[in-house]
Amino acid sequence: MHEYSVACALLDQIEAAAHAHGVTAVKVVHLALGEQCGVEAGLLGGAFELARAGTVAADAELRIRPVPVRWVCPRCGGERPPGAPLVCPDDGAPARLEAGGEIILERLEMEV
Amino acid sequence: MCGTCGCGGESPVPTAGGVDVELHARVMAHNDHAAEHNRAHFRAAGLTVINLMGSPGAGKTALLEATARARPGLRLAAVSGDLATDNDADRLAKAGIRSRSITTGTVCHLDAEMLHDALHHWSPGDAEVLVVENVGNLVCPAIFDLGQAANVVCLSVTEGDDKPLKYPVMFREADLVVITKADLLPYLPGASLEGLRASLAQVMPDPRCIVTSATGDEGTGEWLGWIDALRARTREGES
Ligand SMILES: Nc1nc2c(ncn2[C@@H]2O[C@H](COP(=O)(O)OP(=O)(O)O)[C@@H](O)[C@H]2O)c(=O)[nH]1
Ligand SMILES: [Mg+2]
Ligand SMILES: [Zn+2]
Ligand SMILES: [Zn+2]
Repeated sequence: MHEYSVACALLDQIEAAAHAHGVTAVKVVHLALGEQCGVEAGLLGGAFELARAGTVAADAELRIRPVPVRWVCPRCGGERPPGAPLVCPDDGAPARLEAGGEIILERLEMEV
Repeated sequence: MCGTCGCGGESPVPTAGGVDVELHARVMAHNDHAAEHNRAHFRAAGLTVINLMGSPGAGKTALLEATARARPGLRLAAVSGDLATDNDADRLAKAGIRSRSITTGTVCHLDAEMLHDALHHWSPGDAEVLVVENVGNLVCPAIFDLGQAANVVCLSVTEGDDKPLKYPVMFREADLVVITKADLLPYLPGASLEGLRASLAQVMPDPRCIVTSATGDEGTGEWLGWIDALRARTREGES
């Protein structure tokens, strides 16, 4: 379960930010999670609850914002529909993943 | 504001009894940073590194054995990530491939720091190509950059044509898919190369695959050609 490793990396970033801003506790963690980022939201939530003990985020709520997958042709800007081949039928260009692959710590709500 | 680019831009906003900070930080940044460090080591050593992934039993070790058989002159070394055993490293040694294993214990993937630590304790000698045989798993290794020049995924025909659709992240990150055990196709009424290719086209932006069979050494020539091209590309990047 690599979600535990990801939760630990997330907590390292939270601790660093809390330290930088001199805060004692983190209340809410806002995370953007692509629907094809390779991490399962439910498993990550569980791993976060285990890993947060003893950190500034010990009582923090993890709020996950799911980001839908979007493949776009870099040449014509056309969006590839789900289930379709990722090579553009019009110009043969390989599509680019515009959204849905990210794991981003967006915002922290902290207490001083 | 930067949306979700991961630029790490901060802008603290005071709130009642606290502070709100916009971070937009990529959570995998630490591993990616370590991977870039590995990449610099590999570049300096003139080493082309391949991250070889796939399910347990997909034929990753067999592909390496076939590679050494097909071109004994290739200076090939391997690191294999294994949950518990050294079996792969033993097989590789028998095939004449300089190798060492990283026993990951309960960890289901290799990360950039694990590879870095292993390579500071063990040298791949005069190797020109280093293959990292990752832990057998179609999920966890996908998001951990190791500093490789290319990701290769082994997919055996016995796993089912739909596997790329079930594990899209692993296949999306693949530069090449090696379809293995093609010799078994006649015994698998439900499997077809057309079906596999159609699945790959839905998850890989630039779907490239090579069909192999380790028993008859089918496809090893094409595979060696792909390695040579990758090697030439990494050399260009060095200069
Ligand atoms: N018939 C056949 N069997 C293969 C082929 N490649 C691997 N195998 C067998 O599949 C099993 C798993 O292979 P192995 O290389 O250990 O897979 P790994 O776990 O991905 O490293 C072994 O029993 C191999 O002999 C192949 O091309 N054809
Ligand atoms: Mg193996
Ligand atoms: Zn297009
Ligand atoms: Zn180093």
